[in-house]
Formats: sequence, structure tokens, C-alpha cells
Amino acid sequence: MTVAAQNPRRDTEIGFEACLGRDPDHPIVTLGGMTRRQLFRFCAGVAATMGLSSLAGVKMAEAAMASHRPPVIWLHGQECTGCTETLLRAFHPTLETLLLDVISLDYHDTLCVGAGHQALDHKHKVMEEFAGAYVLVTEGGTPMKDGGIYCKVGGKTQVDLVREAAEGAAAIIAIGSCASWGGIQSAYPNPTGAVGTHEVIPDKTVINVPGCPPNPYNFLSTVLYLLTFGQAPELDQLNRPTFAYGRLIHENCERRPHFDAGRFALEFGDAGHRQGFCLYKLGCKGPETPANCPAIGFGDVGHGAWPVGTGHPCFGCTEKGIGFTKPIHALAEVRTTTPPTAYPEVGAAKGEGVTPASAALVAGALGAVVGAGAMLLPRLENGPASDTDTAAAAPEPPAAEPAAPAAPAEPPAAGPDAGAPR
Amino acid sequence: MLPDRHEPFKAPLITPFTLILFTVSVIGLYFLVERFVYGLGAVTNLNQGYPWGIWVIADIKIATALGSGGFAVAALIYIFNRYEYHALMRPALLAAVLGYTLGSAAAFIDLGRYWNFYHIVLPDHAQPNSIMFEVALCMLAYTAVLWIEFAPVIADRFGWTKLKRVLRPIMVFFIALGILLPVMHQSSFGSVLLVMGSKLSPLWYSQWLPLYYLITAIAMGFAAVMVEATVASHRFRVPSEQHLLARLAKIVAVLIGLFLLMRLGELWLNDALWHVVAGDRHALMFQIELALFAIGFLVFASPGGRASERWSFIGASALVFATALYRLNAAIIGIEPLDNWSYFPSVPELMVTVGFVALEILLYLILVKLFPVLHTADVPTDNSVKA
Repeated sequence: MTVAAQNPRRDTEIGFEACLGRDPDHPIVTLGGMTRRQLFRFCAGVAATMGLSSLAGVKMAEAAMASHRPPVIWLHGQECTGCTETLLRAFHPTLETLLLDVISLDYHDTLCVGAGHQALDHKHKVMEEFAGAYVLVTEGGTPMKDGGIYCKVGGKTQVDLVREAAEGAAAIIAIGSCASWGGIQSAYPNPTGAVGTHEVIPDKTVINVPGCPPNPYNFLSTVLYLLTFGQAPELDQLNRPTFAYGRLIHENCERRPHFDAGRFALEFGDAGHRQGFCLYKLGCKGPETPANCPAIGFGDVGHGAWPVGTGHPCFGCTEKGIGFTKPIHALAEVRTTTPPTAYPEVGAAKGEGVTPASAALVAGALGAVVGAGAMLLPRLENGPASDTDTAAAAPEPPAAEPAAPAAPAEPPAAGPDAGAPR
Repeated sequence: MLPDRHEPFKAPLITPFTLILFTVSVIGLYFLVERFVYGLGAVTNLNQGYPWGIWVIADIKIATALGSGGFAVAALIYIFNRYEYHALMRPALLAAVLGYTLGSAAAFIDLGRYWNFYHIVLPDHAQPNSIMFEVALCMLAYTAVLWIEFAPVIADRFGWTKLKRVLRPIMVFFIALGILLPVMHQSSFGSVLLVMGSKLSPLWYSQWLPLYYLITAIAMGFAAVMVEATVASHRFRVPSEQHLLARLAKIVAVLIGLFLLMRLGELWLNDALWHVVAGDRHALMFQIELALFAIGFLVFASPGGRASERWSFIGASALVFATALYRLNAAIIGIEPLDNWSYFPSVPELMVTVGFVALEILLYLILVKLFPVLHTADVPTDNSVKA
């Protein structure tokens, strides 16, 4: 008897698990197997990722379950489709669950079932039918040079396609660094004049989710926030969601204590590198790149699955002017605290040492005790004690004393005037 | 039953000296309050490299060694049947009661989470594999035993003959326990240091640390009894016990001779003698310690030194200082933690220790005036004597 037969509720659980990869041959079969409970759990997780209350998770789940799933139009420009690829590595939920159950992906250049004019006609139909209600996602940069002729789909330049689609969009999300600020093709000398989506449509608000690729959950969380609250999450001055890009990588990096202690890897494979020291001197751009990579990692495989965690310096993929621009091993400009040029040596003295007051106190206490003893000495009998009958014992003190100062040899009858401290 | 006479010493309780002691104790108490309000870090210089400071060493390890006269004299009287030493018993017992009671209090204040103190007596909370646990439980038990041993003195004072009758048949059990327990924990003070390994300088690290601690505890106990007896006989003008002390000194000489032989021999066998002349801080402290032990040994090894009250006092004082320094060396000064930590007690920390010592002397002076502790043939009535 199988476990599933014993517990009927396990069936749906197993269906969902299979979707995670236990049954790679038939993942699509269980695509719609996400139960209400599982969806709530997922949305609560997303809400927690975004720092929202669990109530927001319930709202997200309700939005996702609404019968009218918002249509999404996804445009590709100059890019490698890595951003779409990264969404395939999202496991809670999978991309399929998001696209088929949460949103309605009506047009996607690379995932379309249809092709050619059929696909483009469908896109136009959706744009007209849902004017002012659909979500536009742009992936990839837009070439502006020479009339934008360097990137065309269906005979139209990318510039025109973006402007056309942005016209009736309720919200616009630029996924990836290429769409956010131009990406790799915008690096010098930028032969095609590539720019980010927001420069193509400067009058519209574009939510930027930069990264090469961005963490899929940063994108998913932004989409769910949009669907839930009908507005963009809190954005920074570059229109990036602050929940994901509000902090420098440096601030949450697991190697940060090494940075603060001045322990750096200087070469790949050196003693410091093998011990997991800070990669700043290998050119890590964490100190000038805002992203949540160290906090959430990649691939859902647990802690440490991100570039710095695997031993490679961050190259600043999310940040314009750093990723693809600065040499990989060039030193980052530390935006938080600038490290001192010279670090204290590892064996620097620690702890409180002797102070004049404490030394004086010890010396004083010791002096008082020794002084009191010395004051008593002259009153002690320097010979056999009077109440013993061994009066014949030698009065001489032992002569073989290495450290004792010469004690007064006169008999105790000398009296109190011999009371000078030794 | 006892042929000895013990009387309270008749003298005013409040004298300039006791007032000074009281003032110093109050200063220490002030910093103790600060320690409990703001925590250990605010008052002490303790750190990660030196989690044990002057409080543990001076107030526990040295104070209890000073109080070891209690069990050392008891062992002499009751195990070796040397009843003639009985005159020394009660003063030694009082010193032990005070040393261990205040030592236990010092252990309490040095605990970071002192509110868990009672866990050591709860079997399901205790960690029986720990030497520290053994030390703590042992000290606690011995302190209780000491108070029971001291109870007849209190009973004498208040005329509680019934209590004395009840105690008499069972006292032998407590006396035996009162010898066993300190032997256990005084040696455990050394065992605790065994885990220091290479952190402790070779000048002090030894497989024999538990034995060294036991020997020095006994020797220091006797030496402290000698110092006390000498000071008491002169300050309180009670008859001198020099004839007893001279014989005690012979035992001390044997113990210290054995101790020095073992330590130097061990250094020699381990090829570690060059550390003694290395010229660093450790070497200097070892040389001072060795010189103090040598003074004590030489004084007590020579018949003339033992017979002379003055030289006996010098020798006993040297041994008290030597043992105190030995314990300080083996637990703080000789410790070289990784990461270049340094430690020197802060002024508040020192004041607490000085306050503890002042309180101990103050309580001793008060208790000998209230209770029949001092052995005497004829108690002086001279009120001009101030103590």
C-alpha cells in the first residue's frame, strides 16, 4: 500500500512535488495541480520575502486566483534570453505556474506557440482588447543608433515595438540589466546605441529589475505586488524595487566579517581564498552594487549559492557603470565605510592593560601588607621563643638566604625604636 | 572534654583600624553594586583572552588557600593524632570559614549568569563531567561543613549546650568530610588549568598541577596559621604559640622542599630550565616566586630559623606570598592566550578584591571579639590594647 493511498491528501502534495522535478518526464501534467492551500503558502512566502505582512500574502493569492488573469506582453530586444531562462529556475512556483495560472502570458517572443504574423496579430489583438490593462515586460536593450535598425521583429524596429506596446500598458517592467540600463551591448563603444527601456519611453514609469540575470524572485515578487495592490512596490531613484535593491551586496555579504577584519584573498586559490576570505581585493563589486543576492541566493539550493558564495568576486551585473564596464578585477569603490589603507596586524594587542591607577593600587596594597609585616618584625623575638624551654637554640638566623635583606641581628630588647621598615 | 580554654578577646569592636577596614569594604561593595547593575564588562577588564581575572584568582584560589589552615591543621590533629596543635585549631577554622564563605561569594559575583548559580546543586542541571562543577559543588559543600565545624564555637558563646550535645557524636563525620573536600577541590584548582595546554607557560604547566596545588594549599594553610598566630599573639597580647609553630614549620619545610624538588626537577627533565633565565616577564615572575619559596624553605629547614619567632614570621610570610604568586602565575600571568590579549585588573576590579580582603580581616577581628576563638590561658583585661 502506498503512502498516497493511505492519505488521500497526499495526492495533491505529490502532484505539486512532481512539478518540482521528481517526475521530469511529465511536469506539464501536474501543472494545474497547485492547490489553494499551496498557493496561499507560496504567496505568504513571497510576501515574507518582500517584508510584507501575511495578510498581503492572502491578497496575493486571491489576486492570482481571480478569473481574469491580467494579460502580459513580453518583448525581447538585444539580449540572450537569460532572464527568461532564470525564471525557469524558480521553483516556488515554477514559471509555468506563474504564466499559466497567475498571469496570462499572451505574447512572448520566444515562448509563443504561434509564429510569424499569427503571433503578431494575436499581440495586436490583446493590445487593443486590453488597452490600459495589460502588463508589458521588456527583456533586452533597445538600439537607438541609425534609427534603431539593429534590432527588428516583423520588420519593425525595437524602438517602435516598445513605444507601441507601452502606449496601452498598465504597467511596464524591464527585466534584466539590458532592459534596465542597456546591459552588455551598451558598454563602450556601444556600436548600436543600446539603451534601457526607460530611455525609450521617458514619459512612462518603468520598473527596473536589473541583474544578469536578475534573481527570479525579485521579478516574481514585483509582479505579484503589482497584481495585488495595483501599484508598483516602493522604488528607488532608479525605479528599482527597494525590497531587492535597497541594500548593497556588501552589507549582507557572508564574507563581510573578513572585510572588516582585513582578511582578503589576494589570488584565486591562495591561502586566504581557500579559507573563504573577503574577495574585495580580487575586484569584488559588492561594495558598490545594490542587490539582495547574499540574502536570498540563487537556484533554491540553500545558503552560499551566489557568485561570492562560490568564491568569485561579484562583478556588479545589476549596476550601470559597473557591470560590463569596470574591469572585473578592478577595486570597487566602497560606498559604505572606506577601509583604512593599512590594517592593524592580526596580532594587534587586545584587552585592557595596566593603568597608572591600577598599578598604584596594587603597589599600595602590597606595600601596606609588607609594611605592616615589617612594622611587626622588630617586636618579634629573634631567638627561641620565650615560652619554650629550648633556650639554648642558636639565635643566629639562617645564613643561606638569597633574597632576605640582612635582618637586624641585635636582640629584641632593642625595643620599638628599631621599627624602621626594612 | 577539651582541656583548652578559648575566650572571646575583650576589646572594643570599633577602633580606627576597623573603621578603615570598614571604609575599604564599603568602597568594594559600591563597585559590586555597579557590577550587578551594569554587568561584568563595566567593572572588570576581563576579556575573551582572559575570562578569569583577579577575582577568581585572588578571591577564590588565594583566599581559599589562606583558609586551608582549617583543613591542614584538622588533618594534623585528627588524622595524625597530634592533639597538641589544638590551640591552633579554632583560629584556623575561623580563617577557613571566612575564606571559603567569601570565596564562594566571589565565585558568585564572577559568574556572568549568576542567576543560574543554583543549577550546580540540581542533578538534572549539572554537568558532572566538568572539573568546574566538581570545584563548585565541593566548595559549596565544604563551606557548609566549615560552618557546621564552627558551630560549637557559636554554641559556646550562646551557651547552646543542647546543640553541642547533638553535634558531638556526628562531628567526626564532618571533620572527616572537612578534610576530604578541600583535598578534592584544592587539587581540582590545578586540574582546571590542565586544559590550558600550550597557553600556559612551560614554567607552570605540568601534569602534576593538581598535586602542586594541593601541596601549596597545605603549606600555605600552615604558613597562614603561623602568620595569624604570630600577629594575634602580639596584637592581642595572648601567649605565643611559637613552640607549636616551630614544629609546624618542620612539616612545611618538608612539603616545600618536595614541591621545589619536583618543580625544578620537572623543568630539568623537560629541558625547560632555560625558560627560567629567558629574561622575559614569565621568567622574572618565576624567579620572584622561586625566591619566596626558597626563603620559606631555608628558614624552616634550619633549626635556628624555626626557633626564631622573627625568622619564622619572615619565612611564613614569604610562603604566603609565594603561594599567592604561584597561583597568580599559573592562572593569569603565565597564561599566553592566542591573539595577543592582555589583561590587568581595573581599579574597580581591584577595589572589590581589596574590599573582600578588608572585609575578611574585619570579620575576623569582630568574630574573635564576639566568639571564643583564641586559645588563651589568661585573657588580658587591658583595654588599652587596640586591634
